[in-house]
Amino acid sequence: MSRVILINLIRFILLVFIQVFLLKNIALYNLSTPYFYILFILLLPFEIPNLLLFLFAFILGLTIDAFYDTPGLHAASCVLLAFVRILFISITVQKEGFDNEPEPTVSIMGFRWFFTYALVLTLFHHFFLFNLEVFRFSEIRYTLTRVILSSIFTVFLMLITGLLFYRSKERK
Amino acid sequence: MRNLLIFITKYNAFFLFLIFEISSLIIYVKYNTFQKATFINSAANVTGNLYAHINELYGYLSLKEVNDSLAHENARLKSQLKSSFYIDTVAKRKVNDTVYKQQYEFAEAKVINNSINRRNNYLTINIGTNEGIVKGRGVICSSGVVGIIVFVSPHYAVVQSLLNKDTRISAMLADHKDIGSFRWVSNLDPGKGLLTDISNNAQPKLGEKVVTTQYSLFPSGILIGKVSNLRAKEGGSSLNLVVDLSVDFSKLQYVYVVTNKFGQEQLGLEAQQKKDE
Repeated sequence: MSRVILINLIRFILLVFIQVFLLKNIALYNLSTPYFYILFILLLPFEIPNLLLFLFAFILGLTIDAFYDTPGLHAASCVLLAFVRILFISITVQKEGFDNEPEPTVSIMGFRWFFTYALVLTLFHHFFLFNLEVFRFSEIRYTLTRVILSSIFTVFLMLITGLLFYRSKERK
Repeated sequence: MRNLLIFITKYNAFFLFLIFEISSLIIYVKYNTFQKATFINSAANVTGNLYAHINELYGYLSLKEVNDSLAHENARLKSQLKSSFYIDTVAKRKVNDTVYKQQYEFAEAKVINNSINRRNNYLTINIGTNEGIVKGRGVICSSGVVGIIVFVSPHYAVVQSLLNKDTRISAMLADHKDIGSFRWVSNLDPGKGLLTDISNNAQPKLGEKVVTTQYSLFPSGILIGKVSNLRAKEGGSSLNLVVDLSVDFSKLQYVYVVTNKFGQEQLGLEAQQKKDE
């Protein structure tokens, strides 16, 4: 148990650092800006209580907001992401399998499931984030382009990370 | 009552979602309308300190550009010194000139956090109220206008840069003196801005300099950029010109905070006039 907490704590700090000091400076043609930090919420264990999940998402969002000078923007998007995560997992994963599948990573759940999971959740998060930031429909086409291109970038980074820490012995 | 509790616990995810979502949206809306929640921003102690440390590392990467721009500025300032002018009159006397009083003061600051690729971009600089900085001061750098200070803490200040949807600066064409208003364009290009509300009678030229006016926070004549397109949007009662910004915001390292020594007096006077109306 304490190992799970430690790993997630390290993951939290590492992802916030990567997002704030590295990815914040990256934008491809001003269209594609990755928000890679949401991987923390994606990789939380299956059995986490809903209250804790929402609380972590809220704290993560506020931490990113503090660095981005946008109080509430990322927090709201992360909370939505946590909600979508609960729905997605309850639809696609059987409850009985929780004992030997503690975390939704690539090595445990398989590439296809993880790809769908990451793509759907990232699209929801980015769609909400960009539209909340812009907050008008007159620029909807430009905003949608940014949502799609940024999601591709983010999911790409997630898959690379997943394959980087791939442990084949966990695979059944 | 029992049924209600069962209902809530069964769908706890949804209710928790509502609670957290509403609280974060409240924070978001409040901050936007009243600019109140200044405790969560990069001028705060923890985030400000972290940014300052990381920036020390970044600083090494652009030493060459900074040196070049400083040397360039030094050369320009040296050429304005009295000693670099040739005196062609024989009579020479020393006057203690009381005609000139210092109106603008400049405080030097280092940029410790910067963004250029978001919808509303801000920079953080490493001086604050301890150095006498207050909200609303203008910020420039050696190549032109940078932005306006919006938040201050004891050691840091947050600058709303030109690359921000809310920034409006009074600007004019350097040669023709036609006054308009400068803002950032909509497609989030960090190198271009829009000069609007220029009267239709004006005849701007491509490559003409766009500078600040005496109506702004800045000293008049500070460079903003150069006109690069004469017909940005057709059909209005005024001209809209596309301006290539002179400041490369992605390489910003050192900036100057401008203090208008008569600004307070002017504001007070104008406030009095508003009260009388």
